[in-house]
Amino acid sequence: MKTPESISRNKSLALNFIVLLALLILVFPSAMDIFRLNMMGKYLSYAFVAMGLVLCWGYGGILSLGQGIFFGLGGYCMAMFLKLEASTPEYTASQTTPGIPDFMDWNQLTALPWFWNAFKSFPLTLLLIILVPTVFAYFFGLCMFKRRVGGVYFSIITQAIACIMTILIVGQQGYTGGINGITDLKTCMGFDIRTNEAKLFLYYLCVFLLVLAVLLCVWVSRSKAGRLLLAIRDDEERVRFSGYDVANFKIFVLCFSALLSAIGGAMFTLQTGFMSPSFVGIVASIEMVVFCAVGGRTSIFGAIYGTLLVSIAKTAISENFPELWSLLIGAIFIGCVLVFPKGLAGVYNDHVLPWLMSLDERLKTACRGAREQHDAQVEALKDVPSDKVLLGVPAEYLSDERDALGLMSDDGRSLS
Amino acid sequence: MLSGYTFSELLSIFTMQGFAGLSLFSVFLLMALGLAVIFGQMGVINMAHGEFMILGAYTTYVTSNLFQAYAPGLFSFYFFVAVIVSFFVAGALGAFIEWAVIRHLYSRPLDTLLATWGLSLILQQVYRSIFGAKEVTVILPDWMMGALQVTDSIEIPINGLIVLILTLMVTIFMWVVMFRSRLGISLRAVVLNRPMAGAVGINTAFVDRVTFSFGCGIAGIAGCAFTMIGSTGPTAGQLYIVDTFLVVVFGGAGTLIGTVCSAFGIAQAQSVMEFFMSGSMAKVITLLIVVGILMIRPQGLFAVKVRK
Amino acid sequence: MKKKEFALEVEDLTVSFDGFKAVDSLSFYVDEGEIRVIIGPNGAGKTTVLDLICGKTRATSGSIKFHGHELTRLKENEIVDVGVGRKFQNPSIYENLTVFENLELSYPKGKKVFGALFFKRDQAVIDKVREVASTIFLEDKLHVKASLLSHGQKQWLEIGMLLIQNPSLMMLDEPVAGMSVAERKQTAELLHRIIKGRSVIVIEHDMKFVEDIADRVTVMHQGKLLAEGSMESVKKNQQVIDVYLGQ
Repeated sequence: MKTPESISRNKSLALNFIVLLALLILVFPSAMDIFRLNMMGKYLSYAFVAMGLVLCWGYGGILSLGQGIFFGLGGYCMAMFLKLEASTPEYTASQTTPGIPDFMDWNQLTALPWFWNAFKSFPLTLLLIILVPTVFAYFFGLCMFKRRVGGVYFSIITQAIACIMTILIVGQQGYTGGINGITDLKTCMGFDIRTNEAKLFLYYLCVFLLVLAVLLCVWVSRSKAGRLLLAIRDDEERVRFSGYDVANFKIFVLCFSALLSAIGGAMFTLQTGFMSPSFVGIVASIEMVVFCAVGGRTSIFGAIYGTLLVSIAKTAISENFPELWSLLIGAIFIGCVLVFPKGLAGVYNDHVLPWLMSLDERLKTACRGAREQHDAQVEALKDVPSDKVLLGVPAEYLSDERDALGLMSDDGRSLS
Repeated sequence: MLSGYTFSELLSIFTMQGFAGLSLFSVFLLMALGLAVIFGQMGVINMAHGEFMILGAYTTYVTSNLFQAYAPGLFSFYFFVAVIVSFFVAGALGAFIEWAVIRHLYSRPLDTLLATWGLSLILQQVYRSIFGAKEVTVILPDWMMGALQVTDSIEIPINGLIVLILTLMVTIFMWVVMFRSRLGISLRAVVLNRPMAGAVGINTAFVDRVTFSFGCGIAGIAGCAFTMIGSTGPTAGQLYIVDTFLVVVFGGAGTLIGTVCSAFGIAQAQSVMEFFMSGSMAKVITLLIVVGILMIRPQGLFAVKVRK
Repeated sequence: MKKKEFALEVEDLTVSFDGFKAVDSLSFYVDEGEIRVIIGPNGAGKTTVLDLICGKTRATSGSIKFHGHELTRLKENEIVDVGVGRKFQNPSIYENLTVFENLELSYPKGKKVFGALFFKRDQAVIDKVREVASTIFLEDKLHVKASLLSHGQKQWLEIGMLLIQNPSLMMLDEPVAGMSVAERKQTAELLHRIIKGRSVIVIEHDMKFVEDIADRVTVMHQGKLLAEGSMESVKKNQQVIDVYLGQ
């Protein structure tokens, strides 16, 4: 059904999309050197998580404080593959056991742990990047949502799991690389990922995947499932009595956001060449929520801009005033919640968009008005003898001097 | 893993680890008591609760230094002063935060989570700027050091014992305030039915502020106890926040006895397991067990069934 | 002798909250196509009975059979699927959605996750929504946000959301509460039109309305069944007069 609203919604969606594409494909690459561009690519990989949170939290009302888990799972899967490729027997010849990753050797491991074997194959790795976090989210969601654990309790438990995950990764150094993470990654399928060309390619790959993700998110949010998620957020009980199994929808959106986060994690590893537990834990997970909150919880595009804005600010400020950053991000949290609960998208929708529309409207009426006035004056002047033009112009037409002047010169008559 | 020890050795291990667990239990419980009020009763997710605890710890540190500098004769007793000062300093900050931030967010619990997380980052940075990034240690008066020799192989440290006694006293104090005082009744009325409580003449805004500040004050006392058994750093509070929330949720929000039992269970499990495996694995297993039980019984161990 | 087939059989139903029995060994039977009104003083457990039937509250003991399904073992959405619909006491609608979207969400298609993802708003859906909207007097409000409706209109919208599910047992909790006199009349007409061909349970305090609509009346008091029968017989029952109707 085409209502005027849905048409204007499609229009503004198209506008948003074009602006985003222009920014990511034209503006960034032409305005930045490869170092900065690579950094942008890194931030964009966080944007996947933020977009997932828009659907999960903004739409479904499920605040997961453990998105870092999924980001980390995706990132670690990729890192494990790259690490194996980097640990050739030639390169690791000086180790006690050549051919295994260096940190395993430091931890007195003499053989590759069984679960690493899957990451010898690239297609299998890609599959696992997608499957591991999604399946994990599925079972976790199944346990939580079927038992109707929701709201605050869910948030606290996800946080506990993020905590467990970090402790586990840090504690099991021999299998995971410990606190340093998996570092020193070199090539992917033989291509060196550290060169400028590779970084440029990875940037565009990241943008491409991001655009796909945006399309997918928009599709979900505008489907009936999207409306249902909003309804679940506002009144879960009611949805149940409309005959829906609420838990299944929640599980779906958690899995979906986990999938997006994992893709982001994998792209992060590729672009930065490492992965560490600091991207899994509580702090990282909450920071990702801030990206989403700053962008505006229910805005998919907002999430991307929010991520970019906060990340750029973080880099700029913590490079120069490391102490200020903590204070500032704390203030952003509080301000975002108290003053701008709708985030950037709210500011855009409440202030920028109406202004643009009124500007548009004013321009249109101004044009129309000028034309009408013009026509009326031409009409009025027709009957007036040319030597009495000035006197003959009715007073109201002269109220705006400019118009009168314009009229005169338009008609080619001299005022003097 | 138990096979390498004789029975009497095991008994000693369990007793000593059990006592170490009691110290952890004290910190957990003191933290959780404040949070049980703020989260369990008011529904506010105070992620900065750990920082309120650390505020209490730093207050104790400053108090002990002041005593040392200006009243060395009374140094033996500074601890009692510190408990009270910590309570009021943390409580005052709590009242301010409630006024500035929390009161705008009562209808949006998940937003209080974000705002108080922001607050915790700010407080951590403030501590770092004032006291430095390094951990500080409070000097204990002589009478609090040393240990009681119970048997040949069992020793019980005195500071741990004092912290335990303090915890029990605060718990009783808390029970009296919540269930026997005017404030407690008003608070429970406000929690159950805010408009009605307002209609019968309870100043709900005032009750909110006092309650929040009371919870923060208890966290301040937790910080004071914390200095007796460990050293204090700017981020020490954050290490405990997840555990504390689990303690409250695990016990069942809103039940005092539940909070006590779950703090005891979690602290003991972690402490006893720590002897047999690495500390991190002990923590992982404890947390996993708690999360697992919460999945089976999401309302917590001691929650009551109510008519909605 | 073969047992008579009822649409709904509630037997020995009990629910206790921390020792307090809100519903206490209650049994009643509703026929196919019957309109049953439950009356009783406040706190008698009327709403709790509806909560138990639709799965909002879990029974402590007893059974609720509906067309052969044991409802006490089903989840809320499964209970809706077997044909039980419920209107709540306070209008319970999706305030942030439009009237159209509210009705559409109740349309019995696309109830599974992937069904909802690929749900298309086809002509059949639009027609059905329009038809129901005109039944509930809201056809010119289709694209209005539900939060902007009046209290009475919200009640109607919720009835419409029930209607579109086409349940064979409809439960209405105080459908005319908070309505103006004119709205009451309209609602009574509306109910008469829509209750054809299904069993209905209504909770209502408005005695004129009850008399107007009820086939049989069940009177509850303190969680227990006090009296049951036609309105006429119940009105004469001394116990009922004492605890509820008054003189």
